[in-house]
Amino acid sequence: MVKLIVDGKEIKADEGRSVLQSCIENGMFIPNMCFIKKRQHPPASCRLCFVEIDGFDPPVTSCTEEVREGLVIRTDTAAVRRLQRTAFKLLMSAHHCEPKHCPVKGNCQLIRIAKHLNVGLTPKPLELLERDVEEEVDFAFFTYYPFRCVLCGKCVYICRQINGHNLLTFANRGFDTVIAFFGSGDPARFPCHRCGACASICPTGALVRKPECKRASGVTP
Amino acid sequence: MNKDDLTERFASILRRADRRARERRNEAIPTIYIVMSTCGLASGAAETKQAFEEALSDKDIGARIVPVGCLGHCYAEPLVVIDHPATGFPPICYHQVTVARARRLVRSYLEKGDPVFEYVLGALEENDLIPAVTDFARFNLEQRLVMEHCGRIDPDDIYQYIAAGGYSGLVKALCLEPEELIDEIETSGLRGRGGAGFPAGRKWRLASTAKADGKIIICNGDEGDPGAYMDRTILESNPHQLLEGLAICAYAVGADQAIVYVRAEYPLAVKTIKGAIKSAEGVALLGSTILGTTFSLNVSVFQGSGAFVCGEETALIQSIEGKRGMPQHRPPYPVEKGLWGRPTVVNNVKTLSSVPPIIKNGTEWFRGSGTETSPGTAIFSVVGNVKHPGLVEIAMGTSLRTLIFDVCGGIPNKKSFKAVQIGGPSGGCLPESFLDTPIDFDSLTQAGAMMGSGGMVVMDEDSCMVDVARYFIDFTQKESCGKCTFCRIGTRHLLNILDRITNGEGSEQDLELLGTLSEDIKLGSLCGLGETAPNPVLTSLRYFLDEYEAHIKENRCPAHKCRALTAFYIDLEKCARGCEVCVGCCPVEAIFTTRGRKKAIDQKLCVKCGECAVVCPPEYDAVLKVSPPELAPTLERTPDGK
Repeated sequence: MVKLIVDGKEIKADEGRSVLQSCIENGMFIPNMCFIKKRQHPPASCRLCFVEIDGFDPPVTSCTEEVREGLVIRTDTAAVRRLQRTAFKLLMSAHHCEPKHCPVKGNCQLIRIAKHLNVGLTPKPLELLERDVEEEVDFAFFTYYPFRCVLCGKCVYICRQINGHNLLTFANRGFDTVIAFFGSGDPARFPCHRCGACASICPTGALVRKPECKRASGVTP
Repeated sequence: MNKDDLTERFASILRRADRRARERRNEAIPTIYIVMSTCGLASGAAETKQAFEEALSDKDIGARIVPVGCLGHCYAEPLVVIDHPATGFPPICYHQVTVARARRLVRSYLEKGDPVFEYVLGALEENDLIPAVTDFARFNLEQRLVMEHCGRIDPDDIYQYIAAGGYSGLVKALCLEPEELIDEIETSGLRGRGGAGFPAGRKWRLASTAKADGKIIICNGDEGDPGAYMDRTILESNPHQLLEGLAICAYAVGADQAIVYVRAEYPLAVKTIKGAIKSAEGVALLGSTILGTTFSLNVSVFQGSGAFVCGEETALIQSIEGKRGMPQHRPPYPVEKGLWGRPTVVNNVKTLSSVPPIIKNGTEWFRGSGTETSPGTAIFSVVGNVKHPGLVEIAMGTSLRTLIFDVCGGIPNKKSFKAVQIGGPSGGCLPESFLDTPIDFDSLTQAGAMMGSGGMVVMDEDSCMVDVARYFIDFTQKESCGKCTFCRIGTRHLLNILDRITNGEGSEQDLELLGTLSEDIKLGSLCGLGETAPNPVLTSLRYFLDEYEAHIKENRCPAHKCRALTAFYIDLEKCARGCEVCVGCCPVEAIFTTRGRKKAIDQKLCVKCGECAVVCPPEYDAVLKVSPPELAPTLERTPDGK
């Protein structure tokens, strides 16, 4: 166990844990989209979990920082908030928020982050970006909605964790990056167990399971 | 390790190399060296070579044709060096040797002994007959430490490199303890030539102290900056120097495996380096038990699949592992946990190629060039609006002015200098006031640009800086791996804003957003690509804000570049009655005849291709380009449609 100080409060954390996980376990929320508890190497791709650590000048992502004895951390400085708000607005400029049709009921991580950062769900002053992709993509046992996807990569990770190989992957480059599904031809021959973990872990309702697919137990966003 | 045995083995290889060189000289027939690297081939070196072969067999002249790598003088390609000892002339370098010139050279010089002065670029040696190339600034201001043998030896012949002193650095290194070797590199102050300038010695030491088996050296040759081709040239022109550096590095850190990562878009480089590995293994300079010692190094080549981001070391490693090339958070750094989880040193082609001469000539010699914090030389590919573009190796600390105006001949066509983009899409645009900035890692970073891998684009007054920033952002946003939010989405916003501004639809709010978003992307991105992507925007905002403002506030493009903000019109005073040239070339039939039988442009139809301005005879020079477009006087077409 090590002790560290977060926003003036002393918390205890297991050695080897990340700052982000330690804070969350101590009931302190830090915005995050791509973080998965037991994941060995955090992808650090959503760029939301910035904190300031005494001794480091620019904010750092808390998912990649290991806790150390005596660490002094602040989660709400102006620099941290500025980066978090920009990152959030960038995500919202690519995530088309449609509350009426959204399958994520109640526990929306994006709404939680918006409240935490004290910003709205619109990307303003940024514009809402359009992409040259289909609104719905058929993934055999799932439907993928690229406009909802924030590319946190949780589905890609969980699929590999559970099945040992990826059926989901990132495809394309830059802003055109999407999640793609391996498999064509007869769906019965896909090496997909229809475990449904990918859809269950999706925090934005971008992967929606079809009726023939199982509901994964114990997997939440 | 028996040093005597080692040196004796190398001495026998060296004797063989010397004997071959001597035999060639004793043959006393002319030698034609043709620059056959990718740039030479692109400008027709293969045809030139064929023309030489045909002309030689026609005239029944015995001469040896040797394909060599690149000399770096792109403006003069295809370059040919002819050594014709019987005439008493020194080896002469000829420029732009086309097929016709090749035939003429055979006829006049090889047959009759007249060296055809009008094609001569210069003699390669000082002499009384022909001005030497070293009389020109393009040659004598250069300092070739790394590229010394490029274009002078046949890259496919290992013995030519050995005869020129090659692999003696490796022999010297093998006689030292690895620890001493790292000390040597550390004292030399060699900094990584890949862009960031991390001390090579420190990287090696970190890797050598890492306690793990199967350490790996990767040579990063995934050169992707637009307009940069230094690594390609070295790989194609002198692959053995790189392999020697690779072997020295591997010995120093205790690695037994090395991978040369080359872009698949460089097929000649791939072929050359593969051939070089094979021939080095053939004489026990690579492979198992090098020169009879216990040190072995297995070198392989890995071809990149075309992603710019794979030049970033963690993405490069991912791609070798067969994964999607996406950068990973550091730490852990590759020196601790790299390829397949093993300690990995990733060094640039130029860094590794700098190592053999340092070991051979000593650290004092290396520190004799360059500055205190950035010793040695910098290799730049200078392109754009300069008279003599090409590869230039200059001492660190040389000013930009010397490089652009003295070495590369300045701006052609009597135009004035506007800006220089250093470091490719990750670098910045520096204006004229920075021309006296010394070229070294720290000064350039301070100015807002960066050394980068060494791409340098010089721009004259006709370049619009907003458009230039747009071009580079377009490049990085396309090449972003799509992993992290700032780079993936942020650069797209930057591009959209710049698109708006260059289309004359920008607002002052856009300008502010451009600045703040760029700063956030720089701070918030995961890897070097995102952290440096906004640099062209930030530097152009800093140094050329007036251009942005002119676009937004006055609807004007000062360089007359942005199509939406310019217009063409025909000056009726200058236009010649009855001349129809412009009418014929207009692709959209926007040019009509006025009542006074002169020509005018229908602005509604004009697509601003500029063809009319090109074809208008110079004695009239009647087509003018203006910005903002409202400045163009509008003439209504007469109702009959003329």
